Amino acid sequence: MTTLARSTAAASHPPRRPRRWPSVLSGFYWLLILLLYVPILILFVFSLNAGTSLAFPLKGFTLNWYAKLFDTPALLDAVRTSLIVAVGSSVVATVLGTMIGILLSRFEFRGKGLLTGLAVLPLIVPYVVLGVAMLILFTAFDIKLSMATVVIGHAIVGLPYTTLIVLARLVGSEPQLEEAAMDLGATYPATLRLVVVPMAMPAIISAWITAFTVSFDEFAIALFLAGPDRTFPVYLYGQLRFSNSLPVLIAAATLLMAGTLTLILVADRIRRR
Amino acid sequence: MIRRGSGRTTDPRRRTFLGLALPATLALTLFLVAPLVLMVTLSFRPELTSDLLGPFAPTLKHYEQAASVGGSWQLLQTSAVMAFVVAIVATALAYPIAYFLAFRAGSKAGLYLILLLVPFWTSYLLRVMAWKLMLGNAGVINSVLVGTGIIDQPLTALLYSRATVVVTLIYVWIPFATLPILAVLGRIDVRLHDAAADLYASPFQQFRRVTLPLSLPGLAAAFLMVFIPTIGEYVTPLLVGGNAGIMFGNVIQDYFTKSANWPLGSALSVIMLGVTLVLVVVGLRVVKPRRLLGQ
Repeated sequence: MTTLARSTAAASHPPRRPRRWPSVLSGFYWLLILLLYVPILILFVFSLNAGTSLAFPLKGFTLNWYAKLFDTPALLDAVRTSLIVAVGSSVVATVLGTMIGILLSRFEFRGKGLLTGLAVLPLIVPYVVLGVAMLILFTAFDIKLSMATVVIGHAIVGLPYTTLIVLARLVGSEPQLEEAAMDLGATYPATLRLVVVPMAMPAIISAWITAFTVSFDEFAIALFLAGPDRTFPVYLYGQLRFSNSLPVLIAAATLLMAGTLTLILVADRIRRR
Repeated sequence: MIRRGSGRTTDPRRRTFLGLALPATLALTLFLVAPLVLMVTLSFRPELTSDLLGPFAPTLKHYEQAASVGGSWQLLQTSAVMAFVVAIVATALAYPIAYFLAFRAGSKAGLYLILLLVPFWTSYLLRVMAWKLMLGNAGVINSVLVGTGIIDQPLTALLYSRATVVVTLIYVWIPFATLPILAVLGRIDVRLHDAAADLYASPFQQFRRVTLPLSLPGLAAAFLMVFIPTIGEYVTPLLVGGNAGIMFGNVIQDYFTKSANWPLGSALSVIMLGVTLVLVVVGLRVVKPRRLLGQ
């Protein structure tokens, strides 16, 4: 997030302008913030509301839904599936993204443009198309839909993010350290392992967390590839029509949201090192 | 960076290169290229058979059907128009936000940016569901309006229309669209503003002649970053659109789930992929990502 540093730097010399504009702009900003946070707050309020229907007036305070969450095996299963899928797919995406990042920043070769294009292609292909294409692949090779198929789908979806994050770090780094390592007799693989990868580690960790959160929240592709192993978003979607289970779902989602948020803030911290 | 031409270093580098390139290429070929190739071939298959890898007599009938039946061509146009509207409006609304963060928020800009992005990092499904809860028949808005006696009957028009889908998507994308614009605004040399002011440009002229032209690449990038995922969207229409609010992606999804006409669904997917790729190529001509990165 280098934009942050730059924008703060720019902000220290505000251009001369009439005074009324700042208030209009900040008013607009705060209105948007309000609109963004109100639905989340409302969800949180209803996760603590004693009634099952999501309508005002509130029926009184309860922590029941949070307790009941742990008596809903299907929900816990879905959360577990999501966690496994997110960990698996983010590790695969990070390893591949790091490899591609090293290839693109440290080697000259034919097909470099093609590799770059393929690595960012999942950002461009509509998710519905990517989802059905993978469904066709797994059907053609008689591979049963399961957690593994979602892991593959999410690894591909996460790849552009991990590649770009790691690549940005590698491109920005200076080559002297690597040259020094090699002048001191390190083999090229050792240089990669002992110099390049440790130097890129903050970016690699942040890439991993990004891929994790992307997978954890992903619904469009998981819906096609999950089969019987429903991830949490797929489960959530399936339960939306049963209104009396909503408060429990909201309670679960609120907890997960807090978890994801913590992860992302940690990722941001690490990235800025 | 292969500067060392000597045999001692080139050979191990070559082995490292293969060690990195083979797994990456294999993964991309197997799980990205192969699925898309299979999808394209399936769209030329006469019908869905159990053997999706076997030989077949290619046919264009699914493309003919896609062009004629069910108004799917029209739906693609509608989806493109919806994505266009969403991207334009989200970009336009994100611009003042980015401007505020870049030039007006002062030392708190970093904090304000985080505050803006936090909702974007929370569950997408849940945020859309929250709006559904607020807008539905027994939802928050209706129960407040009915409860306070402002209206007798709940408003039904709030949900399940194309407009609901468009509004929801705009809302969801604004924070995201802010980022590329902020990246560009943050790089504008503020001395240009002073120079313009010294040359007696009014604040509006300063904005129109200096700031706005310099922020165009960011605006174009924001537009693309919203437009691309939106044109293929099917989840938001599924949640808040109802039958009246479907997009092209929903038709594809239906052919692969409910009606199980995979070849026709594949043909529609190929069309959508083609349209998206063309738009991206055209878009990248305009945006030039390198310029956005300041290179």
